[in-house]
Amino acid sequence: MRVVPPAGQSAWLTLLIAGAMAFLCVFALALSVAADRLAARWGEALSRTATVRISAPPTQMDEQTAIVLEVLRTTPGVATARLIPDDEQGALLEPWFGPDLPLDLLALPRLVEVTETPEGFDAMGLRLRLAAEAPGAVLDDHTRWRRPLVEAAARLRGLAVLSMVLIGGATAAMVTLAASASLAANAQVIAVLRLVGARDRFIARAFVRRFTLRALIGAALGTAAGMAALLAMPDTGESGGLLSGLGFAGPEWLYPLAVPPLAAVVAWAATRAAAFRVLRGVT
Amino acid sequence: MIELETVAHGYDGAELFSDVTLQLGDGSFHFLTGPSGAGKTTLLRLCYGELVPTRGTVRFFGQDRRGLGRDGLAFARQRIGVVHQDCRFLDHLSLRDNVALPLIAGERPVPDRDVDDLMAWVGLKGHVQALPPSLSGGERQRAALARAVITSPEVLLADEPTGNLDWDMSVRLLSLLIELNRMGTAVLIATHDLNLIRAAKAQVSARVLRIAGRRLHLAGAEL
Repeated sequence: MRVVPPAGQSAWLTLLIAGAMAFLCVFALALSVAADRLAARWGEALSRTATVRISAPPTQMDEQTAIVLEVLRTTPGVATARLIPDDEQGALLEPWFGPDLPLDLLALPRLVEVTETPEGFDAMGLRLRLAAEAPGAVLDDHTRWRRPLVEAAARLRGLAVLSMVLIGGATAAMVTLAASASLAANAQVIAVLRLVGARDRFIARAFVRRFTLRALIGAALGTAAGMAALLAMPDTGESGGLLSGLGFAGPEWLYPLAVPPLAAVVAWAATRAAAFRVLRGVT
Repeated sequence: MIELETVAHGYDGAELFSDVTLQLGDGSFHFLTGPSGAGKTTLLRLCYGELVPTRGTVRFFGQDRRGLGRDGLAFARQRIGVVHQDCRFLDHLSLRDNVALPLIAGERPVPDRDVDDLMAWVGLKGHVQALPPSLSGGERQRAALARAVITSPEVLLADEPTGNLDWDMSVRLLSLLIELNRMGTAVLIATHDLNLIRAAKAQVSARVLRIAGRRLHLAGAEL
């Protein structure tokens, strides 16, 4: 039996709020996961590799390459140094110049891929040694362009988390408003229940159960819609950058399933606080 | 069970009555009468804790109302049945659910048979599924009485319970209240119907209190 009469607008309002907020929350969560993934990928690449580019006349190229490889071999913090073979270099240039590029006729610089140990190497010291021993070699440790990207990705992740906190706060505020409206509309019912001996927790429970259930259902619908929208996003491949990673992968699809229970907990706490605040004014 | 000791109450700074002392003991039967606006309803509201006295002490079952707390007041009310002048039903619930409401609100089991028997006792067996707005004044009063006694209260307070009833129905309702009193329930009825009081005094030993001139008096023998 429902001791509190079914409410019209507050029911739909709570359902709508919970649904919309859950939908937004799923996107914020996806953005957070994508930014996290991107930051990890870039961070890993940043700490892992560097490149030495050797530009020298053809007659000196082999000699300078040997010097560079020797310098790298004896530099603390360098795990491996690998001369990128011509076919691999051709593959790198293929997107710009096509498959028929005559590498042997062009004076292309040679590339040495450097992998660092976890401790890393002294980039400034290595640059000075290369300048002294192989003047045509330039170290590109990727730091200059990767670090701001990693920082941006980390900040994006922070913003996504902040968005989820704000969504939670807004949900609590709106559920409080809807619950307060429902409590005000049922002031007579509450008064009668008190007069026949109902305790505050019994009366509060009638409202809390209703709003919690609505929030749970609304959030479940919103979450399902959000997940479906993410699934329906077009595949942009690697060229999509962050957009290509917006979504969940594998077990990450379980993350949004936490949204409906969390919305229900927020609604439970917000309605309970509102109910007890109103009940304090009723004898 | 319910005690008022040198109680005063008023609204907006104006005192309605003062120095009221009243004890509703086991099996007692009281009438409360007086002119309109003298404070009969206010006194009843003090008796079930809806109001707090401006002065003096109200005790429920030996405990000061001020020290009861909200749960304590709720538990005390579960031992007091009240028939309100305006009945105060929940209009979205059937009459049966309204009658069972004190049990539901008190989180106690609702014995269907007891509710049905009680509805039959007040002559509303055929209205169990009716909604309160569809009932006549007399039916509402009888349903209010059924709701007030569903928990077998130790005290029954009734505010003008026959206000909407014709004489025959008033006598019938009075008989129900006297029957309850004989089973041990303390009864306090606020009414301005002197004929009802005379009819009751012919059947039960009742004290008649009159509230007038801001004081509570024992009414004279003319009643």
